[in-house]
Amino acid sequence: MSASNTTNTDRPAGKGVVDWIDYRLPIFTFMKHQLDEYPTPKNLNYFWNFGSLAGLVLVIMIVTGVTLAMQYTPHVDMAFDSIERIMRDVNYGWLIRYLHMNGASMFFAVVYIHIFRGLYYGSYKPPREVLWWLGVVILLLMMATAFMGYVLPWGQMSFWGATVITNLFSAIPLVGDSIVTWLWGGFSVDNPTLNRFFSLHYLLPFVIVGVVFLHLWALHVHGSNNPLGIDRKSPKDSIPFHPYYTAKDAFGTAVFLLIYLGLVFYAPEALGNTDNNIPADPLQTPASIVPEWYLLPFYAILRSVPNILFIEAKLAGVIAMLGSILLLLFLPWLDKSPVRSANFRPIYRVLFWIFLADCLVLGWVGSQHPEGLPLILGRIGTVYYFLHFLVLLPLVSRIEKPRPLPESISQPVLKA
Amino acid sequence: MSDSAHAAAPSHQDGETRRDFLTLVATAAAGVGAAAALWPFISSMNPSKDVLAISTSDVDLSPVELGQRITVKWRGKPVFIVHRTPEQIATAEKDDTSDTLIDPQPDEKRVQKPEWLIVVGVCTHLGCVPLGQTDQQPHGEFGGWFCPCHGSQYDISGRVRHGPAPKNLVVPTYKFTSDTAVTIG
Amino acid sequence: MKRLIPITLMAAGVAAIAALATPAFSQETQNQKEPRDGEFSFEGPFGTYDRAALQRGFQIYKEVCSTCHAMKYIHFRDLGPNGPNGGIGFSDPEVRALASQVQVSDGPNDQGEMFERPGRPSDRFKAPFANDQAARAANNGALPKDLSIIIKGRPHGSNYVYSLLSGYEDAPANVKVPNGLYYNPYFPGGFIAMPPPLSQGAVSFADGTPSSVDQMAHDVVTFLTWASEPDLEQRKSLGLKVMVFLVLLTGLAFAVKRKVWADVH
Repeated sequence: MSASNTTNTDRPAGKGVVDWIDYRLPIFTFMKHQLDEYPTPKNLNYFWNFGSLAGLVLVIMIVTGVTLAMQYTPHVDMAFDSIERIMRDVNYGWLIRYLHMNGASMFFAVVYIHIFRGLYYGSYKPPREVLWWLGVVILLLMMATAFMGYVLPWGQMSFWGATVITNLFSAIPLVGDSIVTWLWGGFSVDNPTLNRFFSLHYLLPFVIVGVVFLHLWALHVHGSNNPLGIDRKSPKDSIPFHPYYTAKDAFGTAVFLLIYLGLVFYAPEALGNTDNNIPADPLQTPASIVPEWYLLPFYAILRSVPNILFIEAKLAGVIAMLGSILLLLFLPWLDKSPVRSANFRPIYRVLFWIFLADCLVLGWVGSQHPEGLPLILGRIGTVYYFLHFLVLLPLVSRIEKPRPLPESISQPVLKA
Repeated sequence: MSDSAHAAAPSHQDGETRRDFLTLVATAAAGVGAAAALWPFISSMNPSKDVLAISTSDVDLSPVELGQRITVKWRGKPVFIVHRTPEQIATAEKDDTSDTLIDPQPDEKRVQKPEWLIVVGVCTHLGCVPLGQTDQQPHGEFGGWFCPCHGSQYDISGRVRHGPAPKNLVVPTYKFTSDTAVTIG
Repeated sequence: MKRLIPITLMAAGVAAIAALATPAFSQETQNQKEPRDGEFSFEGPFGTYDRAALQRGFQIYKEVCSTCHAMKYIHFRDLGPNGPNGGIGFSDPEVRALASQVQVSDGPNDQGEMFERPGRPSDRFKAPFANDQAARAANNGALPKDLSIIIKGRPHGSNYVYSLLSGYEDAPANVKVPNGLYYNPYFPGGFIAMPPPLSQGAVSFADGTPSSVDQMAHDVVTFLTWASEPDLEQRKSLGLKVMVFLVLLTGLAFAVKRKVWADVH
């Protein structure tokens, strides 16, 4: 494998192996282009770290997940026991389990911030619509993966959460009950359900990897958006990804790890529900059935919708919940302002913060019993959620007078 | 990972050796962290505490009569225990110098007490369980065991006398906790 | 100034999540008194288990609780040097002796029958009842829960169980206690099927510690927390090393970032 069999005789001999491979599969050229030559706006702030953080967490989840799967038994009589065995008898089992459990929370935290960054800076606007759609698909896959993963320990919340959510499918007219039976593989959530959830929980993350690849590909076609929301116009506006953003991402990763591992080592069960440390009992329902925090806003929307006209509450709630996510796909057409960044859209900026507050309120509502104040807030919050996308955004994007945009990224006009 | 250290030669080559040293230290620290982070995953695949806890088997030898052979399970494998008669012991020791020993080893090195032979009942060829634990089963020509898979034969010390097995039956670690009780493993 | 708003709101978001994360949010808070703070040695980032309390707690479990409550995820070997965090202080021979005091079901033997044999360190704690139905039958229909993870299975785990065990009192005058139940303000709803398990002097400790109800509740909860969270000490000590390393690494990464970006800013 000497340098003489390559066509690049002007390369230093030491790089012979690299060139040999590269000639046959240009992976090194590809990486060099993406790192050294890929032009990135020079003005990205720390909110642009969250994409790479999400990628890191995905890798962590897969590594911890595969390792856990070596010790877990997906059978109703043994699942809970196998996890106790992991916690007690498997070397570092407790660590790997807590990494996986809290990694899920961190995954959603990072992705939610990543999404809100997109909402604020108009990253969903042309030409990044497909990039945005791929992101919504990733979010949906994450939610499905997390839901199924939570069932696997077969605790009280695993079982009853699965029962409540799978029962929702019976809301579908005509075929609803058959679909639920098909999903369950039986007449209630039981062993066939657990087994298939394990299979799909193992599969879906790799589907996510595939969609992430497409997401990155779509990103690299036009490059990253930036806090000013204006396109790169000249080489002066950009810097190579490496070493600038590799260094910045490394620093962001370190800060992230401080938070993540702080949680893992010092408050590993803080974000969880104590009921899931009780083995599943199909004959006893817990006092309140609540999903993990990252699904709470959607849970709130689901439970806020009453009977509407001829649609019963259960079906209406399902439609609203699904709609709340699918609505995101239409965002590039609902918000047609040609200005991307909220920094230059004073009215939109206010709407953004109200929307964020709305999501937090819905999150709180989801954790409470659907009665009294939580119910009222939940209904208001749900209506406002749809109002924001379907009414306010289209309206504002048409009537708003944006602030004057800077000339270019490298010569931003200072605050007027 | 460490590629970024020397690939971090950006377009500004101002000879900042200080920056490169800092980057080197930071990258090295991150590398050490990553390697350390890998260890729990590798360790988790080692035998867990519950597996280690049953990695020894206690055997009560008092019901085993002279000449009798019993089989016990240890770490998922069969272990042959023979309460050898004086004739069997004599034969085993006489064969120390036999030229049909494929894997020569004196009998006294294979037992702690000559009347108790304890060997793992797994043929050293390809892992079948040799026959010979009951009177009805063939013992081969050497009074020990006969492996039906490919015809290996072992003597009354568990030594291989006829191939294709290359090695004698494995003698596991064991300890007599009394004259009539032994702990294997 | 413009940076402050997003950062404050993110902080608010994190605070909101933290508030949501407190167990109180999804539990019945009516008819249940807030648990008292047991001020346990294992609390906090540097907490450890008090070995003497662990052993006293184990003794209480063995002499009092194990009559009705199983602990199926604990093995005898967990109590010894090979146990989590070096166990609760028993030596290997002591563990073997403890195990052998119990008769454990094993088999089938060569005749096809199950038989009893003395326990080994690798055996689990023996359950007092063969199954849930037998347990209910012996306890007026109530099921004494397995205690292996009881602390992780209840909001405010340690403080809750501690308050519960030491919190039995006479019902207020206007409250009628249903037949077969006992009044305990710390139990959700106020009426619990378990009679007060601890009474002054119920257990005599070898180390001479006076066995008040409060002391016994404290010690048994220490033991139960160890049973629920055997990884606690290793987790916190490894956590310290990891945190220190990460703080250093973050500092280094920050310095590198600043140096790399020096010519852009």
